Amino acid sequence: MLDKIGIAKRIAQEVQDGFYVNLGIGIPTLVANYVRNDIEVEFQSENGVLGMGPFPFEGTEDADIINAGKQTITTLPGASFFDSATSFSMIRGKHVDLTILGAMEVAENGDIANWKIPGKMVKGMGGAMDLVASAENIIVAMMHANKRGESKILKTCSLPLTGVGCVTKVVTNLAVLEVRDNAFHLLERAPGVSVEEIQNATEATLVIAGEIPEMKM
Amino acid sequence: MINKKVNNVQEALQGVQSNMTFMLGGFGLCGIPENAISELVKRNVRDVICISNNAGVDGFGLGLLLENKQIKKMISSYVGENDEFERQMLSGELEVELTPQGTLAEKCRAAQAGFPAFYTPAGYGTEVAQGKETRDFDGKMHVLEAAFKADFAFVKAWKGDAAGNLVFKGTARNFNQNMCGAATITVAEVEELVEIGTLDPNNIHIPGIFVQRIFQGKEYEKRIEQRTVRFPNESI
Repeated sequence: MLDKIGIAKRIAQEVQDGFYVNLGIGIPTLVANYVRNDIEVEFQSENGVLGMGPFPFEGTEDADIINAGKQTITTLPGASFFDSATSFSMIRGKHVDLTILGAMEVAENGDIANWKIPGKMVKGMGGAMDLVASAENIIVAMMHANKRGESKILKTCSLPLTGVGCVTKVVTNLAVLEVRDNAFHLLERAPGVSVEEIQNATEATLVIAGEIPEMKM
Repeated sequence: MINKKVNNVQEALQGVQSNMTFMLGGFGLCGIPENAISELVKRNVRDVICISNNAGVDGFGLGLLLENKQIKKMISSYVGENDEFERQMLSGELEVELTPQGTLAEKCRAAQAGFPAFYTPAGYGTEVAQGKETRDFDGKMHVLEAAFKADFAFVKAWKGDAAGNLVFKGTARNFNQNMCGAATITVAEVEELVEIGTLDPNNIHIPGIFVQRIFQGKEYEKRIEQRTVRFPNESI
């Protein structure tokens, strides 16, 4: 079974040379730390920066340079700043190659819910609805089950949707799943986790074709 | 040169009244019009509608107007990090219209650019699209979103001149640039009001035509919400 860093490490393998990547808050933010250093990748943050670098050293933080999680950041050579409408032109206009974000629920038709629990929690969707509506390559990074132990991989989402039919891949602490033809296809198992354990932890029915390999970490 | 310079925040906010709709730039606490917000608190205008990506934090930014119960309705994309906001929203005292961030930016830009509305794929099939026109373009569904209408836009820039030209710094640009000229009156506060002619015309982010009033701001706190640093030996 993977921890959050393991999920980030596995997703980092999906990042390819020449990709512009938007990372959501939480586990997705960690992905930047594990991308191979022999490829060229630029990270976009929807509050208005392309070419985001690591966190600053203490004493060099700049209140005017933050990421979408409101964390202080640095920029790399070649970086640029821009306004919010331009930022979402990059996203809506499909110029960003890969979107990695967290979720509360994902359904087998690719629906995603991650912005609201009616009567309990309403923080808002931020840029998530714009991202999932336009991106063609959307990977969800999340734990397989919620804090109550219930599967977040579902036949149908029960929470208010963020987007419809948009998720292409899900990486959890247990498995890598591809969303295709209205079904979750099991691609890989987390180290030490059996196919049976994954299916037992999943509300949706998994498509399991042949031998399922263990993730190469 | 048409002179947009006013002497202080009091002059800049002349004509601000209760029941108006305001746009406020900033993302989180980054690039918020701190001086205008303080003056709105002092003037105690009531029942206002605020268009702002976020709602500040407890005790700072728009959180100050919320504590004072001056806001009737917030139009935002993300409103976490503010307990007073959550309390007012759940108790029904505060009306909240959550809008996808890209749509929020474009509703500002559309108002600035004179478009009454636009289609976007964001929010299709969700609560956000309820009651709105939808339309198929090339096999993909889109939602019709209207431009904002606002009485005042309060923006904050790094540098500006008396002509109203603005230059922003870093990610403090965010919604500020899109809100200029998107309301009846745009009020810009700047960290540095420079002599006319010193800003390079090649590097102006907002031409003065989009700004009605500009003033030298003061006592900027520029708070950081999530101060995050790396250790000296960290490679990444």
